[in-house]
Amino acid sequence: MQAAEMNAVRAAESLLALSQQEELVDLPNHSLSASEDEGDSDGERKHQKLLESIGSLDGKKRWKLAERSEACLKVSEFNVCSEGSGEKLLLSDLLEPAKTSSSLAAVKKQLNRVKSKKAVELPLNKEEVERIHREVAFNKTSQTLSKWDPIVLKNRQAEQLVFPLEKEQPNFVPIEHVLSSWKARTPLEQEVFNLLYKNKQPVTDPLLTPLEKASLKAMSLEEVSVSSPRHAMLLPAFALKPRNHCKCHSLQAKMRRAELQRARALQSYYEARARREKKIKSKKYHKIVKKGKAKKALKEFEQLQKVNPAAALEELEKIEKARMMERMSLKHQNSGKWAKSKAIMAKYDLEARQAMQEQLAKNKELTQKLQVVSESEGENGAEEEELLVPDAVNEVQMCADGPNPWMLRNCNSDAKGEVQKDPEQPPEPVVQEVSESEDERPGAEEEILLHEFEERRSLRKRSELSQNAEPVGSQETKDSSCQEVLSELKLLTQKLNQKNHQSRKQKVSSVRTVLQVQKEECALEEEEPVLLQRPERVQTLEDLEDLGHEEYSQNKELPRPVMEEEKAEKTSNNQTDAPKEKKKKEQMIDLQNLLTTKSPSVKLLAVPTAVEELEDEEEKHQKQIIKEAFAGDDVIRDFLKEKKEAVKANKPKDVDLTLPGWGEWGGIGLKPSAKKRRRFLIKAPEGPPRKDKNLPNVIISEKRNIHAAAHQVRVLPYPFTHHQQFERTVQTPIGSTWNTQRAFQKLTTPKVVTKPGHIIKPIKAEDVGYCSSSRSDLSVTQSNPKRPSGHHKKQLKKISRD
Amino acid sequence: METVPRPGRGVPPKKDKLQAKRKKPRRYWEEETAPAVAGASPGPPRKKKKKKNLEVRRQKQKNSHNSKKSRISKKSQFRKKSREQKKPGPQRTLSGAQDPFPGPAPVPLEVARKFRRIDKSKELPHSLPKTRSKLEVAEALEEEISVKAARSELLLAEEPGFLEGEDGEDTAKIRQADIVEAVDIASAAKHFDLNLRQFGPYRLNYSRTGRHLAFGGRRGHVAAFDWVTKKLMCEINVMEAVRDIRFLHSEALLAVAQNRWLHIYDNQGIELHCIRRCDRVTRLEFLPFHFLLATASETGFLTYLDVSVGKIVAALNIRAGRLNVMAQNPYNAVIHLGHSNGTVSLWSPSVQEPLAKILCHRGGIQAVAVDCTGTYMATSGLDHQLKVFDLRGTFQPLSARTLPQGAGHLAFSQRGLLAAGMGDVVNIWAGQGKASLPSLEQPYLTHRLAGPVHGLQFCPFEDVLGVGHSGGITSMLVPGASEPNFDGLESNPYRSRKQRQEWEVKALLEKVPAELICLNPRALAEVDVISLEQHKKERVERLGYDPEAKAPFQPKAKQKGRSSTGSLVKRKKKVLAQEHRDKVRQSLEEQQKQKQKQKAKPTGARPSALDRFVR
Repeated sequence: MQAAEMNAVRAAESLLALSQQEELVDLPNHSLSASEDEGDSDGERKHQKLLESIGSLDGKKRWKLAERSEACLKVSEFNVCSEGSGEKLLLSDLLEPAKTSSSLAAVKKQLNRVKSKKAVELPLNKEEVERIHREVAFNKTSQTLSKWDPIVLKNRQAEQLVFPLEKEQPNFVPIEHVLSSWKARTPLEQEVFNLLYKNKQPVTDPLLTPLEKASLKAMSLEEVSVSSPRHAMLLPAFALKPRNHCKCHSLQAKMRRAELQRARALQSYYEARARREKKIKSKKYHKIVKKGKAKKALKEFEQLQKVNPAAALEELEKIEKARMMERMSLKHQNSGKWAKSKAIMAKYDLEARQAMQEQLAKNKELTQKLQVVSESEGENGAEEEELLVPDAVNEVQMCADGPNPWMLRNCNSDAKGEVQKDPEQPPEPVVQEVSESEDERPGAEEEILLHEFEERRSLRKRSELSQNAEPVGSQETKDSSCQEVLSELKLLTQKLNQKNHQSRKQKVSSVRTVLQVQKEECALEEEEPVLLQRPERVQTLEDLEDLGHEEYSQNKELPRPVMEEEKAEKTSNNQTDAPKEKKKKEQMIDLQNLLTTKSPSVKLLAVPTAVEELEDEEEKHQKQIIKEAFAGDDVIRDFLKEKKEAVKANKPKDVDLTLPGWGEWGGIGLKPSAKKRRRFLIKAPEGPPRKDKNLPNVIISEKRNIHAAAHQVRVLPYPFTHHQQFERTVQTPIGSTWNTQRAFQKLTTPKVVTKPGHIIKPIKAEDVGYCSSSRSDLSVTQSNPKRPSGHHKKQLKKISRD
Repeated sequence: METVPRPGRGVPPKKDKLQAKRKKPRRYWEEETAPAVAGASPGPPRKKKKKKNLEVRRQKQKNSHNSKKSRISKKSQFRKKSREQKKPGPQRTLSGAQDPFPGPAPVPLEVARKFRRIDKSKELPHSLPKTRSKLEVAEALEEEISVKAARSELLLAEEPGFLEGEDGEDTAKIRQADIVEAVDIASAAKHFDLNLRQFGPYRLNYSRTGRHLAFGGRRGHVAAFDWVTKKLMCEINVMEAVRDIRFLHSEALLAVAQNRWLHIYDNQGIELHCIRRCDRVTRLEFLPFHFLLATASETGFLTYLDVSVGKIVAALNIRAGRLNVMAQNPYNAVIHLGHSNGTVSLWSPSVQEPLAKILCHRGGIQAVAVDCTGTYMATSGLDHQLKVFDLRGTFQPLSARTLPQGAGHLAFSQRGLLAAGMGDVVNIWAGQGKASLPSLEQPYLTHRLAGPVHGLQFCPFEDVLGVGHSGGITSMLVPGASEPNFDGLESNPYRSRKQRQEWEVKALLEKVPAELICLNPRALAEVDVISLEQHKKERVERLGYDPEAKAPFQPKAKQKGRSSTGSLVKRKKKVLAQEHRDKVRQSLEEQQKQKQKQKAKPTGARPSALDRFVR
């Protein structure tokens, strides 16, 4: 359908083009053409003219390119005409060779490759290069230095550092060493130990006698080495009575050691030899060696068959397995590189042909099913024909890229039913299509050759297998049938290719349509989401607005409550103020109370005297005197007055910036207006509440003790961000007056201790568990792997990228 | 200022060596051989017993040697048991020997808590991990140290004495004679009278170790002696009125406030200095850790004399007339002055005005005393009242009592007993425990003297109250008055001359500068916030920006046209609004909390439904 449409369109286009040509060319050529023209073309031309005149009616297409529709004298170098084909000549047609050849594909590939290669960039200028070098060097150095980070951190956090630094050595002293210093003192102990030593018994529980140690050593050796039967036999006895056999055991141990040494030496010799042989490059030598090996293997196999049939069977199975592997791998078919080259050469070179034959023979041999020997001949032919099967079949298999039958089937069905989707795939069938027609003849030649070869072979076989005398005719018929099958196959492939071709075209068109559809869809989709999303967005926007409104309203609302609250507070304050005043009054009263009424009932002192009455009288007398004495002065009022003054003096004062006479009348007796004064009055900030605010009978000085403040800390030390944090750390006194001796010592341990008379060397990698390498001190051994932190990792990545 | 823990304040004596010495047998025969300086009555012992009819109980309680030993042994047994119960399965060693008490000795929690310095109830602002680790280290250290201190409290072996009446018996009715009879002979020797009627009313002063006593009579009689052995050091007559007398840092130096000037004598009675800048001195106080001699004069000046360098540190004009009432606060070395207008003012040499002024009495102040923890101040005034004030910030009276006679002299003992001299009677009030508020309801002891009281002081580390009166000196026994455990390196009553010299050097090295005297000595361990802020402000000004300020939110650049200026601004605003909202929310929460608190308080009675109609 589509193709038809296309054709129609093309026809219309060509028609138009023709008409345009003639419009211009017509007049000058008239005389010439009239003579030449035949009736047929004349009618056509008239029709064309008519069309043109109709077409020129709209007057838009004035200027037309002069095109030649037929051979004429005026040959322009700008125009090329392609008369007859009815198709427009395209540039690509010119570029393409007349025949597409497979070799061009390679050229294209090369071209592509060249295209993909970019031009060599300009070298960076010197500064940039230097900068990069610096960066890399910096990164490297910082990386190496970062290995020290944990150590630095540890040392910083350490409570005490002792210099010179010494490697911490774990002092796990084995108990034997501890005990070695112990000596038997009492006679009883000495006696016991004498006995023990005499009998070479262990002195303490966990220890072994020297003999036991030796035997243990021997045992361990034995365990390590592959046990020889002799030693294996010995072992149980050895385990049973270790102490009695110690002497012979030491001997055995020596022997074992010697044996082991020998074995190790032999192994090394063997390895050296193998390495040497492996280096030999001569093919001939290797061939010989292989053959020799094969022979040897055969011999051995035969021997084994005689001696040990079971083992031989196993061997056989192994061989069979190898064959199966070979069969699966298709190693000896004609698909290899070598085989392909030989196939090309085989036409001209006898040797190559022979080599190929050998190869094929081998393949046959390997791929033969061993059990079904009788059918071998019948299959031979089929197999041969299989060889002749065009590459397309193989290639289909190739593109299935795998021996899995299921995969294969899928692939085939794919290839047949649907358009191949691989972009590389399409060109190949075209090439094949072209080549196929050409290949027919050579293929026939080959066939003949192969035929001859086959016949020869069959003759040979016949001579060899004279028992299986089969009529030649039958074979020939078979061959012919095979041929038929082959031709059918070829047909099939051709059809397939054609189909492919068509489908490709269809594909292109369909792709186009699909593209269009997709475009539409895309547009739709683009529209759709817009349509779909719009309300959402609008919603979100609205939401945002709403949110904003809400926020604003919140913000607006918030102050309101605050204000309200403030008002409320104010009112409450007003309310509370009154009580406060009351309170104050109360406080004052309280003060009075405190000084006057709070005296408890006067109790008689238990004074062991007899003059109490006299005292009472005296008391009364004195009280009166006191009353008289204090009749005038009111202590409390004085104190309150004093306090008020103190409070006043301590209050920060307001600043009055009014300038009398500015903006109004000035002079003696005139005061700036209250409004103005209010305006230019800067109120002092209210300080913190006085400490004695609620203490009526106390005046506490708010003055700062500058002398004491000089001794206080006034700069926060580093890690602290708030003074309370720091204060907490200095709350404990460290003097010996406040602490026990131990605590004092602990609190005042110096951070750094240096041993007098020792040289303090810079820290080394060994000191902290790192191992220094030949390159630098900083390399870290695996024993102490410190992971680089995230930061360093980033740096590392950077470096690698650079 | 004196943050040094007296043993009485609950800090264990660090140097415990001389504890045992304390118990060394007293040479009671010395008493016989050495006659009292001036007709003294036989001396009394350290721990007093009561009358005979209370003997049973008393014997049980006292006789320090035996009872103490038995107590200790009991304690150790008990400890053993408890430990064994704790860890039944001890570790095995190679030798097979087992530690019957594995692990460190257990420490009672309350005791350890006593030595904690960091108040963990205070919440700290959020701290960075590095800071937090430091804080943790400091806290762990403090805990460890407090545990060590608590463990060493075991070494405070001595127990204070006490006096207990039988049911309903008033201890105030027990006379000195009864006590002297009841106690052991060594303690009985500590009670004595010096009859010195010739040179008029006496002022007296004990040295800091409690071993030496100096007294000066109004008519010029000055003497110093070792009152335990009654060995006279010197006795002179200065031929001038003596108003007050003080030992300086050691018993080797003696300051005497004479009629005109201040004189300093050594223990041989040789005049070393005459300080004319301190004239007409009425009262003397010595601040031992600052080496300051504070003098209050008739002319109204408070003068601080640094006795280590002989310089006058400060001379403050009090502007309150004649000063004749003075006391020192042993906790912070602040001087308390009593004035005739009923106020007590607190002074430090570094501040020209009083640190605080407290209105205590309607009449003039007669006497002031501060207890050794710096918690209580006792005042008596002309209005015949005796009051005890709380000095911990509030300065409010805790208890008050009207006396038939105004107390002319007051003194606190190391364990918080309050003595008041009224006329020729001395009353002593006691609290519940150590350093607690003395209850003024019932006197603990009373004693009538030969003449009106002129000077009062408790002897440190001995259960003795020295009273100077017009008839001489009386040393009376007050069981449970002083701290039984002394700090051997700080004030050792038994120290030799060499030890004293050593101590002197050490004390001089540890001298506290005079300017550190302030009301709250712990404040010195705080950061000076004002200058810190000032420093910060200056720095900001200098730099032109605040290096510690939180950087304003900078929105990240986004791609695909989303980092347009408009959206950037929008994002910024969003963050700002968020922060603002958080702040508002927090403040609202706080307000709500406060409201709830306020609401929760008044609901005393159950609200009824009819409350709504209440107008």
